[in-house]
Amino acid sequence: MPVFDKKDKSRYTAFTRRTLAMGGGMTAVFAVLGGQLYKLQILEGEDYKVRAEDNRVSERPISPPRGRLMDRFGTELANNKRNYRVLIVSEQATQGVSEAIDAIGKVIQLTDQQKKRVLGEIAANKKFVPVPVAENLSWEEFSRLNLHLPYLPGVQPDVGETRDYPFGKEMVHVLGYVGSVAPEDMDGDDGRLLDVPGFRVGKRGIEKAFDKEVRGKAGFSKVEVDAYGRVKRELGKDPGLAGQDVWLTLDCELQRFADQRLGDESAAAMVMDVETGDVLSLSSTPGFDPNWFNVGVTGPQWRELTTSDYKPLLNKMTSGIYPPGSTFKTAVALAAIEAGIATPDYHVTCNGRITVGNHTFNCWAWTTYHRGHGSLDVEGGIKNSCDVFFYETARRLGIDAIEQSARKLGLGAATGIELPGEHSGLIPSRAWKQKTYKQAWQPGDTLSVGIGQGYVTATPLQLCQQAARLASGKAVSPRLVHSVGNRLVSRPEAPKLDFSDEALTKVRSGMNKAMNEPGGTAFAWRIAEPGLEMAGKTGTAQVRAYSNEEHARGVTKNSALDWKLRDHAMFIGFAPVAAPKYAIVCMIEHGAVAAHPHVQMARDILTFAQKRGTLAKPTAYPVRSSSLPPRKEPA
Amino acid sequence: MAMRAYAAAKRTLSVGDKLADVNWGLVLLITLCAGAGIAMLYSVAGGHMQPWALSQTIKFLVGFLVMVGVATVDVRVWMSLAYPAYALALLLLVAVVAVGHMGLGAQRWVNVGGVDLQPSELMKISLVLALARFLHGKSVEEISRPLNLGIALGMIAIPAIFVVLQPNLGTTLIIVMDGCALLFLAGLSWWWIVPTVGSVAVAVPLVWRFVLHDYQKARVETFLDPGADSLGKGWNITQALIAIGSGGAAGKGFLGGTQSRLNFLPEKQTDFIFTNFAEEFGFVGSVALLILFAVIIGYGVQIAMTARSQFARLLAMGVTLNFFFYIMINGLMVMNLIPVVGIPMPLLSYGGSAMLTVMFGFGLLLSVQIHRQVEIPRHSGGII
Repeated sequence: MPVFDKKDKSRYTAFTRRTLAMGGGMTAVFAVLGGQLYKLQILEGEDYKVRAEDNRVSERPISPPRGRLMDRFGTELANNKRNYRVLIVSEQATQGVSEAIDAIGKVIQLTDQQKKRVLGEIAANKKFVPVPVAENLSWEEFSRLNLHLPYLPGVQPDVGETRDYPFGKEMVHVLGYVGSVAPEDMDGDDGRLLDVPGFRVGKRGIEKAFDKEVRGKAGFSKVEVDAYGRVKRELGKDPGLAGQDVWLTLDCELQRFADQRLGDESAAAMVMDVETGDVLSLSSTPGFDPNWFNVGVTGPQWRELTTSDYKPLLNKMTSGIYPPGSTFKTAVALAAIEAGIATPDYHVTCNGRITVGNHTFNCWAWTTYHRGHGSLDVEGGIKNSCDVFFYETARRLGIDAIEQSARKLGLGAATGIELPGEHSGLIPSRAWKQKTYKQAWQPGDTLSVGIGQGYVTATPLQLCQQAARLASGKAVSPRLVHSVGNRLVSRPEAPKLDFSDEALTKVRSGMNKAMNEPGGTAFAWRIAEPGLEMAGKTGTAQVRAYSNEEHARGVTKNSALDWKLRDHAMFIGFAPVAAPKYAIVCMIEHGAVAAHPHVQMARDILTFAQKRGTLAKPTAYPVRSSSLPPRKEPA
Repeated sequence: MAMRAYAAAKRTLSVGDKLADVNWGLVLLITLCAGAGIAMLYSVAGGHMQPWALSQTIKFLVGFLVMVGVATVDVRVWMSLAYPAYALALLLLVAVVAVGHMGLGAQRWVNVGGVDLQPSELMKISLVLALARFLHGKSVEEISRPLNLGIALGMIAIPAIFVVLQPNLGTTLIIVMDGCALLFLAGLSWWWIVPTVGSVAVAVPLVWRFVLHDYQKARVETFLDPGADSLGKGWNITQALIAIGSGGAAGKGFLGGTQSRLNFLPEKQTDFIFTNFAEEFGFVGSVALLILFAVIIGYGVQIAMTARSQFARLLAMGVTLNFFFYIMINGLMVMNLIPVVGIPMPLLSYGGSAMLTVMFGFGLLLSVQIHRQVEIPRHSGGII
């Protein structure tokens, strides 16, 4: 040891002691560090491993292809079209983003508005996120773009999928359309799928009603991401489950013909199978192009859709309610025969007017020709659509019997068709009036109901169902969906209607005479071709008054007012008369004019259906109906 | 041995003699640590030498030469240079703060002849040198006299104030801890120590209220509850804990760390480099690294205890403790035991200033080791 002076020695002692103390302190610190490592890595290691994986692995949902909508013969009514589009990744656009967009603009057409939107989206996203510049390019544009790619850094061609409706507005009221996910579409069932950017959900019609089925099951791509969310590599992939095809009972060609035949009228028409209830066509005009909603409706388009008097957004077939007018007389006639009032000898003499209490009711013949129909039996009453006959018959029947009969024909209750937003119309009763108006039922009320006016309302869909029931004598209901994927939408066979064959035969005969006997109300517009003849019943639904709300909507132009004051024109029918297969309804809003355009439309549509043989052709369904008996071919 | 001792005492050792006497075991351990750091920088760059690993290798090699160079210089020369070095470091510190206050924002660097220099790093070494020299001449009784103690505390406080103004909380902490540790080792009376520690406990809330910057307060708050705001202020420390913890017992393997490669780890190449090491080498590797550090520190303590002059002892302990405080603060910080204060892990973290400071410190330590036989009279001021 070196020689220390006394003071140095004490310093040395202090230094040594205190150094050792500090050594102890340092050891303690290392022990704390080691202990913390033990806690984090050994005790809690598994938890942190999970969290590191959560950080690293991101599951990106993949939207599966949406199921197609098919007609009965296998025609695609809604499918998925390749969406050729061009994307830009700003971090790869080495020559500058706006320069790259301008360069794209030299190859395909881009509006200034589009360019502005793209620049905005790029600014809002991280620089590695691909932003679509243009979508739904033609193949020609797309290939031109691919040719220029080497000179367009950061520009990526891409093929996505988009919903396509090849028949546009002709099918829109059945198929509906798809649109961007709105908060109310978040049903919690498959939220992950709904979160996929650009995902579309069904908004109306079959697209909405069967959205779950056609949507499919979300797949996912498991990717490794960095802290900024940039994808580094794919770790795994599950393509998901493609949506199921929905097979409709429609006949595409008949549907298109019917829609074109209705033209620009504010109208609705439907053809259905009288035995099964299969809906063969269902039209409501005017329609609109469902592809608009997929791409995004523009302001002017939306204004047009929402302000037009012709209500293009409304499915008048299922959601429009109208007084059924004289088509309702078939229900009254059935009630009268069933009640034993209208025996074979039962006759009512029409002098043009009838007085009940202190109110006089006019027959249409009186209003038009200032004369009556004379003495009529039930068939004559239907053939001539004599108001007096049915006023008197209804008066004798009373409202209860009429209500019962109408309900058997399916009026006053929703048909249960697979479309959202169906209305159920109204068949009044004593209890209903008491409850709604706090008034007792009056005999005059019964008379109005007797000719399908007053409180009675129905949707054209219900009237078509009524026509089918009259024709087949079975309680058929309309249905649109035959099968989903390979699963048959099973339906019990329709039971026989609770009317006697005699009553039904009488009413059918009346409807036959109305069409096919000289003097019948619709004789001028009959189907003359042998074997294709139809039976039918016209109706005029009076538009007596309309609500203040309609006035408030600005119906001030005289021309519009005139149109809106006209009566609605109704027609129900079936064909062929001898062995009915097709039932039809045709309605034109404010279309009750002497030329009976709605009956002409019905005539043409039913002629087309029969000549085409919609029900005779073999269907292309992937599964066969087993619950229904095989169809008897006409001899 | 007697001849060597005599020669050392007379300062006649040749450079060759000195190099032969260097504790090469210690140098090997230091090189191992630096190697681990370079490997980590290679890993966090996704398996590339760029941008950090190659540059760090060069920095280490320069540091290595500095260390060897410093080691061969007689400890008495360092004693004579102590005050000038302190004065120079203080001057540069003042310059940095002054420039910062002239409207250029927070400054930590000065550019001297084209080289970026961080005066606060220079100050850590200079303060140890200057305090060791000052305390060398003081007996235990003298140290505890108010005048001497006042001077020593002033030597600590003045640079500390300038560094905290930069603002650089972490370095301030290390400067204060280095200085106080030297006073303690030099034999400061417990009569001073106990009341001072007591009053610091009182002063802390006042410092919180009036001295700390908002971002510094935010770091403290983050420390107190890192989970509360895991995408904001607590993000760094949360991700650091995930990196360490997910390493588990054996680690994910070299280049297998996902937290840093995918950029979840903030400042992955600097202050948080240890978390990547812990992620890739697990508990086993991390503890091995800590043991490596501990052995280096043990060597430092041993060198200090065997030196024959008070200056050399204090110098050796000063640089050893400086190294230790880096490890302690960084380790406690990345494991969420203290707030994030921005201190790198010595030898591992990327950065030239810290590397040079640490290697310079090891050079001084080795100089003490080589010149351990040199006796310096109490009132000597060195040899130049």
